[in-house]
Order: sequence, then structure tokens, then C-alpha cells
Amino acid sequence: MNAIVTVVGKDRVGIIAAVCNTLAKLNINVLDISQTIIQGNFTMVMAVDISEANVKFLEIKNALSNLGDEMKLSIRIQREEIFDTMHVI
Amino acid sequence: MINNRDIFSTIEMIEQQHLDIRTVTMGISLLSCADENILRACEKIYDKISREASNLVSTCEDIETEFGIPIVNKRISVTPISLVASASKSDDYVKFAQILDRAAKNCGVNFIGGYSALVQKGMTISDEKLIRSISQALASTDIVCSSVNVGSTRAGINMDAVKLLGNVITETAKLTADRDAIGCAKLVVFCNAVEDNPFMAGAFHGSGEAEKVINVGVSGPGVVYNALQNCKDKKLDEISEIIKKTAFRITRMGQLVASEASKKLNVPFGIVDLSLAPTPAIGDSVARILEAMGLETCGTHGTTAALALLNDAVKKGGIMASSSVGGLSGAFIPVSEDEGMIAAAMKGTLNIDKLEAMTCVCSVGLDMIAIPGDTPPETISAIIADEAAIGMVNNKTTAVRVLPAPNKNTGDKIKLGGLLGEAPVMPVHKESSSEFIKHGGRIPAPLQSLRN
Repeated sequence: MNAIVTVVGKDRVGIIAAVCNTLAKLNINVLDISQTIIQGNFTMVMAVDISEANVKFLEIKNALSNLGDEMKLSIRIQREEIFDTMHVI
Repeated sequence: MINNRDIFSTIEMIEQQHLDIRTVTMGISLLSCADENILRACEKIYDKISREASNLVSTCEDIETEFGIPIVNKRISVTPISLVASASKSDDYVKFAQILDRAAKNCGVNFIGGYSALVQKGMTISDEKLIRSISQALASTDIVCSSVNVGSTRAGINMDAVKLLGNVITETAKLTADRDAIGCAKLVVFCNAVEDNPFMAGAFHGSGEAEKVINVGVSGPGVVYNALQNCKDKKLDEISEIIKKTAFRITRMGQLVASEASKKLNVPFGIVDLSLAPTPAIGDSVARILEAMGLETCGTHGTTAALALLNDAVKKGGIMASSSVGGLSGAFIPVSEDEGMIAAAMKGTLNIDKLEAMTCVCSVGLDMIAIPGDTPPETISAIIADEAAIGMVNNKTTAVRVLPAPNKNTGDKIKLGGLLGEAPVMPVHKESSSEFIKHGGRIPAPLQSLRN
């Protein structure tokens, strides 16, 4: 099962490393990353595979949101289908 | 990979434009619970609801977590209780309402609908017992909703039932006077009621439905409003296209949630209701969409036309997004639940007569309207009769959910809280309709040809 992780906030050193580190600990494989800086704002979209994750979805979500709180970023994870369904016929 | 702009546009719709799933409603047939002994019947009802809907709330919460989309209400609809209760020898139908309340609370849902009777052509003994018990039932329960179908295009209007319901609504307001007549917010009178409606207060599980079913209602006035910003220079057909595209996206999400809930609960998927259901939150209003089309205030001349365009575009956009569409499907105009409608009513631009005209072109009727507490029951019956006539002649569902505000008059306000919002008391005509209502009997079904 694939999910989309979105990260938005002020740019700083180590955002990608920290997010990837958290995902690795949960045994989540990163499939694709796209990242840009818009007027100092860090914006990242990651496609990840959560089928081998070692915890439930809610725990993944909480782990990422806690990391977001620590780093003053907004980090979300949502199943990929919601974006597919709304924008692709 | 999906385009990043689309991803952030979805997130923005959910977080800033109030996009949500308004309700996942599980329909459960209670026909198997009929029993001569009322206590035995109640036991069966409690057991069946608790068994079938035990995972409904937790499953919906999982879906909310995984997709990141709020499901605002989780609800249950059941077979009209007048059918289930007809085997019982008891006159104490309030017991059925109380057991529904207990079972629903035990499952953790927000509402349970189906304390209902379908009497468009005539009332059985059970129907009449149920209707006469509604005010007591709503006053002694918290989350039970009731509905009565008094007319249809094929059967005409049962004016005896209409007359009776004027009294029932007045009585319900009195019994819940300490809570601003909240009982009346849980009672809706229909013409052409549908069997698969997921929205309250009118949801019931029709006798033509399966053993159990999942129906979903979406909500997204904020998203449509946002899409219509900067549409000043556009032609109305272009505006219709924008609404269609937005409605498509909203409904696709409803379909996704419905399929997922159906799979996880192992309950067949019924329908997605193509609805624009407002909430009292700023930015989630149907009235503001009409104003975004260029009307100074909702209720002024042009409102009915703008609403017709909106309602039609929502259906056209939504229809392709779902494998099965049903329920009430259209834009709702509940006054107390819509911040823009409240403002327009306070200003005096929006009145009951204009709302009645608006219901000719949208879903679903005179909804969540506070009227003076001393309104005679016959006037309430006449309001119901007018609205039912619109539904009957135009082959559409119409409904009345009015709240005679206890000890309050035009200009006062009632506060219901939560999604039910607050309502300014709107004036009704002072001239009497009582001689008309006294006739009783039936208004015959209309001709289906020579339609002008």
C-alpha cells in the first residue's frame, strides 16, 4: 500500500534526513521524493510504501506528526488513493 | 507520481475549505425484530443494532486517519418503526424510541433515524400510534430522529396526517421548550421521501433495501465557494462548468470513502448522496456561493435562478463520480445550519416565502427554520401542505423541518448548538389557514401529463 508524505515549513538543515530516519525505523520504503524551496518555505512530497511497516497507520501518522512538532514543520501522511481519486479519472 | 499541485490542492480543500464527509450512515433492516411482546421486540432491536453497527465508528475513524479526511457524523438508519412495531400489542411506542437511543449510544454514533411512518395514502393503526407518540419520543431521547412521509406524486397528500403533524410539531416544541425546541430539529415531514437517504433527520432504511447497507453523504460548499472566487467576468455556463468539476472531485472522495467503509465493514455499498451540505462555520455556506455568483444578499431576486444553476451543476458533476447515486442529492438550504442564510434572514432579505420558492429547484425543503412560538398548529400544517404540494406536483422530494420557538417572536434567536447552529425566528403569515386544514381527507395525486 502506498502513501503520500507531505512536509511543509521553514527550511533548515536535516529535514529530509530526519523524515527518512523516522520512516526507516518504521520499515517504510521511500519510492520517490520531490522537493522545492518557495520563498524560504520548504515543501516536500514523498511517495512511500507502507505495506512492510512494522506499526499500524495511526502510529506512523503520530510518529511523523511528533517529528513535525519537534522540527516546527507540518508533516502529514495520507493514503495515495485520496489524491488519485480526486484528480485522476 | 501524482502532481504536487493536486496533492496540495486536496490538502487545502480539507484544511482550509472545510471539505469533509458529512456522514457515513449504516442502514439496518429491523423487520426481523417484530414481536407481539414489546419488551421482546425491543430486546431484538437492541441486539441487532449492537451486533451490526459495533464496528461502524471505529472503522470510520480508521478511514479518517488513513485518508486524512474528516467524517463528521457516523449514523444509523433503521426500518420505519411503524412497520416493526405493528406486530406489537402495546400502545407505548416511546419504548421503541428509547431502545433505539440506547442502542445507538452504545455504538457511539451521532444519530439514529427511522422513528418513522410512511402514510402518503393512509395511516395504519401502527402509523397513527407512532405519529401520536413522536413528541414524547423526541423529548425523552437524545439522538433519535423521526420522519413522516405525508405525500407522494403517485398517491397525493394525506391531509389528515398533515393536520395531525401540525399538532405534533407544536407539542414537540412545548415538550422541549427548555432546549429551544430542539425536538423539532429531529423531526422532518416529507413528500416523496427516499429510502436510502443518509442525512438526518430524515434517514430511514426503506423496506425495499437490503439487510444492511452503507450510504455516504458528502459536503463541500466551502470548496465550491472557493472555486467561484474571481468569477465576476465569467458567463453563467462557465460558472456551471467550474461547479461541475468541483462537485466531481468532492463526490469522488465520497465514493472512495463509501467503498472503503463497505469493504472494511463487509456491508454492501448503497449510494453516495450528491449533496452540498452547509455547516454554521464561516466559509461553509451555500448562501455565500449564491452571493459569489453576484447576488448582494441571498434571498434577493435572482436567488432561485442561481440556486437552480448550482443544484443542477452539482448533480451533473457528481453523477459520473459515483457508481451509484441516490438519497436526496442536491444543495441543502437549512437556515440555522448555514452562516450566510442566517445573515440573510437576520437582514430580512430571506423570508419563508422566498425559501419556499427556492425549494422548487433544490434539495430538500423548508429546513431548520425557526418560527414564532405562538404559530397556530393549523398554520404549521398549511406550511407542510404547501411544501408537500411542490414535491408532489414536481415529482421531487420536499420536506418541512420547522421549530416553533418557545416564547419567542420574530427577531429573536434560538441556539441549538453544534451542526444544528442557531436560527433567527422568521415571521409567518398571520392570516388563518385553519378552515382549509380542518377539511382533512386527501389531495388527489396530480396528472402526469399536460404539465404546465
